[in-house]
Amino acid sequence: MKVINQLKMEFPSLPENVAFARVAVASFASQLDFTIHDIEEIKVAVSEAVANAIVHGYGNSRGGLIRVCLKLTDEALEIQVEDHGKGIEDVKKALEPTYSTDPERMGLGFVFMQAFMDYLHVDSAPGKGTRVTMVKNVPRGAAAAASEKH
Amino acid sequence: MNVNMKKTIEVEFKEGTLIARLEGELDLRVADLLRKELEKAIGRYPLRHLVLNLGRVTYMDSSCLGVILGRYKRLAQQGIGISLVGLQPQVRKVCELSGLLRIMAEYGSEEEAVAKAG
Ligand SMILES: Nc1ncnc2c1ncn2[C@@H]1O[C@H](COP(=O)(O)OP(=O)(O)O)[C@@H](O)[C@H]1O
Ligand SMILES: [Mg+2]
Repeated sequence: MKVINQLKMEFPSLPENVAFARVAVASFASQLDFTIHDIEEIKVAVSEAVANAIVHGYGNSRGGLIRVCLKLTDEALEIQVEDHGKGIEDVKKALEPTYSTDPERMGLGFVFMQAFMDYLHVDSAPGKGTRVTMVKNVPRGAAAAASEKH
Repeated sequence: MNVNMKKTIEVEFKEGTLIARLEGELDLRVADLLRKELEKAIGRYPLRHLVLNLGRVTYMDSSCLGVILGRYKRLAQQGIGISLVGLQPQVRKVCELSGLLRIMAEYGSEEEAVAKAG
């Protein structure tokens, strides 16, 4: 598994940055032979993680900092979304479908991340922040072609 | 992507059915605006049914799905149903996964949705 490319982005917790983040990640991901459907799924997963950092991590305040780190290998795209906001008390509970600490929300963000990515891991500590790690594997045939190219 | 988008819907009222045509990328940034615009339109007409035309929605995630589900819950108490039209593949996928397609009917066109309303 060879690292082909990497990217780090840091931006403030503004709602308009959800769209910039997903478009940037999608364009980075297009270096590998993901299908259009894969890219659409990656966009949703990134949007959900970044929106969570804004809404829950920083309580909709615009002063927080969000970092997105991308790592592309010949087999997969790894995405980390990190905030230094309020953190999650009980990660296991937060991952349950339809669980939300906000009655106005649906509790589907983690459901989408889980359904659309091949791997999801959440590190969080109350008062310190949250780091979501997600991996999307490149379709099998395409991965072999990519490793020959690089 | 239009960063200064001020409007997410356009509405038409026909035979007791309110048609709301949504557009753009429906994410966290427009969720509050979408909620306000839908509420305003729902409050303005004596509707018996709501049709959401998503034909010009190029992207949607849980922030705006939540807005739609919230309207569904509120209208259901008054016996008003919601149906959906024009789901693009990404939009259909999140609607399916969220269970929205189990509680709302989907039609191939606005005309069909209006005809089947009620
Ligand atoms: N970055 C984060 N910081 C703090 N809490 C979070 C974060 N991400 C998720 N959570 C918690 O996990 C819950 C579930 O998240 P999610 O599945 O996206 O649902 P929703 O955003 O609709 O509440 C949230 O309600 C929140 O309590
Ligand atoms: Mg969420």
